[in-house]
Amino acid sequence: MTDHHDFDKNYLENGKGFKSWFFTVDHKRLGVMYLWAIGVFFVLAAIASFLIRFEHLSPGQTIISAQTYNVLFTLHGAVMVFLFIVPGVAASFGNFLIPLMIGARDVIFPKLNLYSFWIYCAGSLILLLSLAAPVDTGWTFYTPYSIDTGTNVILVTFGVFVLGFSSILTGINFIVSMHKLRAPGLTWDRLPLFCWAAYATSLLQVLATPVVGITLLLLIGERYFGLGFFDPAKGGDPVLFQHFFWFYSHPAVYIMILPAMGIISEVIPVFSRKPIFGYKAIAYSSLAIALISFLVWGHHMFTSGQSKLINIIFSVITFAVAVPTAIKVFNWLWTMYKGSVELSAAMLYSLAFIFLFTIGGLTGLFLGALAADVHLHDTYFVVAHMHYVMIGGTVFGLFSAIHFWYPKMWGKMFDEFKAKIAFTLIFIGFNIVFFPQFILGTQGMPRRYFNYAPEFETLHQLSTYGTWILGVGFIYMLYTLFKPVGAADSNPYRSVSLEWQMPSPPPTLNFKEIPTVTTSTYDYGTKVEQEA
Amino acid sequence: MDWLPTSASTFAPQVDSILWLVTIISVVSCILVGFLLIYFVVKYRRRSDNDQTPAITHDSFLETLWTVIPTILCILIFIYGYVYYDKYTTPTKGAYEINVTAQRWSWSFAYPNGKKTFNELYVPINKPVRLVMQSKDVLHSFFVPAFRVKQDVIGNRYTFINFTPTKEGVFDIYCTEYCGISHSDMLAKVHVVSDIEYAKWESGDSADVENAYAGMAPDKIGEQLYSSKGCVACHSIDGANGVGPSWKNLFGLEREFIDGTKEIADENYIKTSILYPVNPPQGKVVKGYAPVMPSYQGLLSDSEITAIIEYIKTIK
Repeated sequence: MTDHHDFDKNYLENGKGFKSWFFTVDHKRLGVMYLWAIGVFFVLAAIASFLIRFEHLSPGQTIISAQTYNVLFTLHGAVMVFLFIVPGVAASFGNFLIPLMIGARDVIFPKLNLYSFWIYCAGSLILLLSLAAPVDTGWTFYTPYSIDTGTNVILVTFGVFVLGFSSILTGINFIVSMHKLRAPGLTWDRLPLFCWAAYATSLLQVLATPVVGITLLLLIGERYFGLGFFDPAKGGDPVLFQHFFWFYSHPAVYIMILPAMGIISEVIPVFSRKPIFGYKAIAYSSLAIALISFLVWGHHMFTSGQSKLINIIFSVITFAVAVPTAIKVFNWLWTMYKGSVELSAAMLYSLAFIFLFTIGGLTGLFLGALAADVHLHDTYFVVAHMHYVMIGGTVFGLFSAIHFWYPKMWGKMFDEFKAKIAFTLIFIGFNIVFFPQFILGTQGMPRRYFNYAPEFETLHQLSTYGTWILGVGFIYMLYTLFKPVGAADSNPYRSVSLEWQMPSPPPTLNFKEIPTVTTSTYDYGTKVEQEA
Repeated sequence: MDWLPTSASTFAPQVDSILWLVTIISVVSCILVGFLLIYFVVKYRRRSDNDQTPAITHDSFLETLWTVIPTILCILIFIYGYVYYDKYTTPTKGAYEINVTAQRWSWSFAYPNGKKTFNELYVPINKPVRLVMQSKDVLHSFFVPAFRVKQDVIGNRYTFINFTPTKEGVFDIYCTEYCGISHSDMLAKVHVVSDIEYAKWESGDSADVENAYAGMAPDKIGEQLYSSKGCVACHSIDGANGVGPSWKNLFGLEREFIDGTKEIADENYIKTSILYPVNPPQGKVVKGYAPVMPSYQGLLSDSEITAIIEYIKTIK
C-alpha cells in the first residue's frame, strides 16, 4: 500500500480525499474515523436525551407525545449503546494507540481492520434505516413486547447483529496484535495498562458478542416466522430472552468501561510524574473483572421472576466484582502521592472520572443488595447509577483521552484554559442532571415514564436544567477543540510511553526502526529503596 | 422533602435500614476519595518542571488494606440484603391471597370471597397478604413504593409478592416494566384499611359502593371513575389521540367502525362499548383503532356506567 518515500509524511498528510480515508488500512486513520463516527452518533443520541429531559419539565405532555417519547428513549439507548459506547474508546483510541504503544507499524491484520470499519458503517446504516418506523421497545428489546409492537424491530436488531461482527473482528485483531507484534523487550509486565484494558475488552468482545447475535436472530425469527422461543402465547419464555440478552449486555458494560479505565491509568502517571501505583493489581484486576463479568448477568433480573436461589448466587458474585473495582480507584489515587501533579484539562477529566466512577460504583452496592434492589429496580435510581458509570466513567475517560492525545493525533495544541472552563461546565451540569435522579428513584419514580406524579416535578426540573449546563459545556468543549492554538512538539507532556517518542502527528508507518524496549512504560521518578 | 417515601409495610423499614447502611458507607467512601484527591492535587502540585518524584511502584500493606476493607464491607451488605430478601420471599402460612391480573394498561384484583376490583386493591392492615400475579399480554411489574415491593408480572407463569401492611391509607401502585404507550398511566391504588372497615367492604354490595358517592352529581362520580378505573390510560378528554378515541365531544357524534358500519354515540352505544368493547368481534371498534379494549363486565356497576356516560356528556 505505502511506498518508501511516504515514510516522512505524517499519517494525516499521506493522501487526501474521501478515497484515501475510506480505503485506508492505516490503524491511525481508522481510529480517527471511528472517533468521528462515534462523535456524530453521540451528538445524535444526546439530542434525543435533551428532548426527553425537556419533556419532563412538567408532568403530562410538555412538548412531545407519549409515542414520540418512547421512540426517543429507545433511540437514545440503542444509539448510545450500540453505535457510540460499545465501539467507543476501544475502536477509536484502541486502533490509534495500540500499535504505537506496542511498537508496531500497524495491527496484525490491517485489511481486516478496514473491513471491521465498513461493517460498523453498514450496521449503523441498517440501524438508522429503522427510523422510517422507529422502534419503541427500549434498547433492551424485552419480549414479548418486542414481538408484539408494530415498529421496525427487525431492522434495528439486524443492525445490532451486523455491528456485532465489527466488534468481534476488532477484538480478534487487537488480541493477536498484542500477542504477536510487541516490540523486542516489551514484556507483558511492561505493557501499557491501556493495552491490558484493551486486551480484556477484546476478550469480552470475542466471547460475549456472538450470544447477543444469536439472541437477536432468534428474535427476528420470532417476529418474521412466528417461532415461539420467547412468546408465552406459544409456550415460549419471555424471561429466557432476558437471560440471553444480559449474558451479553452485562459483559458489554465492561466492554464500555474497561478501555476508559485504561486511559485513566495512562493519564494519571504522566501528569503526576510517577509510576502507576500497583501496576500488577490494575492489570490483573482488568482480567479479573472481565472474567467475573460473565457470571453476574442475573443481577439485572432480580425481580424478573427467576428463582430465589439463582438471585442469591448472582448477588454474591456481583459483590465479588465490586472489589477489584475498588482496588483500581485507590491505585489511581495513590499514583499522585508524592508526585508532581499538573492539573491539565486531560488530568481534570481523569480525576473527575475517579470521583464520579466512585459514586457510580458505590450506588451499585445498593442495587447488588437483594432486598434493596427489589425497591430500586427499574426506577430512576438505576438510570442515575448507570449514567454515573457510563458518562462519569466512560465519557469522561473518552474526553480525557481526546485532550491527552490531541497533540499526538492532530499535531496541534488546544487552549488549555478554555478546555478547563468547558470541563467545569460539563462536570457541574452532569451532576445536576443525574444526582437528583438518585433521589427520584429512591422515592419510587419508575424509569421509562412519559408521565409522572406531581410530587416528582421539582427534581425532574432540576435534572432538566442540568442538561442545559451540560450542553453548553459540551458545545464549548467542541469549540475549543476545533480551534487549535499552534503546533505541538513530539512530547509536550514529557511522557515516557512509546507513542510519545515519535513526531506529532506520527508518520504513516509509525517507526522507522522497530524500537527495543528496556524499561517499564511508567519509568518516572528516581528509584527509592522499597520495602516488600 | 424526605429522601425516602412513606413506609407502610413490615418490609419497608428493613429495606430502609439497608439504604441507610449503604448510604453511610458511600458517603464516607466518597468523602475519603474526594479528600485524598483534593489533598494530593494541592499538596503535590507541580512547582517546577524539574520536580523530583520518588519512583514508588507499589506498597503491599496499603494494597492489602484496600482489598480487605472493601471485601468485608461487601460481605456485610450482601448478608443484609440476603437476610431481608429471604424473609420477603418466604410466604407466611395462611396469608390472605389475592389474584392479580395485569393487562395493558390496567390491574384487576380477585379476592378469596369472589369479589373483584379494578385498579383499586383493598387489603386489611397488619395481615400478611400474598399476591398471585399473571399477565394477559406483555410484561408488567407491580410496584408499591410505600411497601418497597416490586415483582415482574409475566404471561406464562405466576409470580408472587408477600407483604404485611402496617399503615392505613391509600398508596400508589406503579407499573415498572415498560409496556407501551400508556405505560406511565398504568397506575392503581392500594387501600390499607382497618379490620372492621375491611369486613364491611368484603360483605358490602354495590349499594355500599354507591353510598361512597352519596350526594355527588353523577357526572362528578363519572369524573372520578375516569381516573380510578383506568379509562384515562387510553381515552383523553382534550381531543388528543390515544390508544382509544378521545372523549371530547364524543356524545352524539357519528362513529364509523372498522367494518364500515356507522352509529351515533348515544347512551346505549357507550354502555355496550364498555361492557362488550370488541363484541361482536371487530364490530364496534372505531375506524383507525385496534380492538384492544378490555371488557368491564362485572367491574363496573350499572350506576357507575351511567355516571361515566353523564361525565362524557359534559366533556366539550
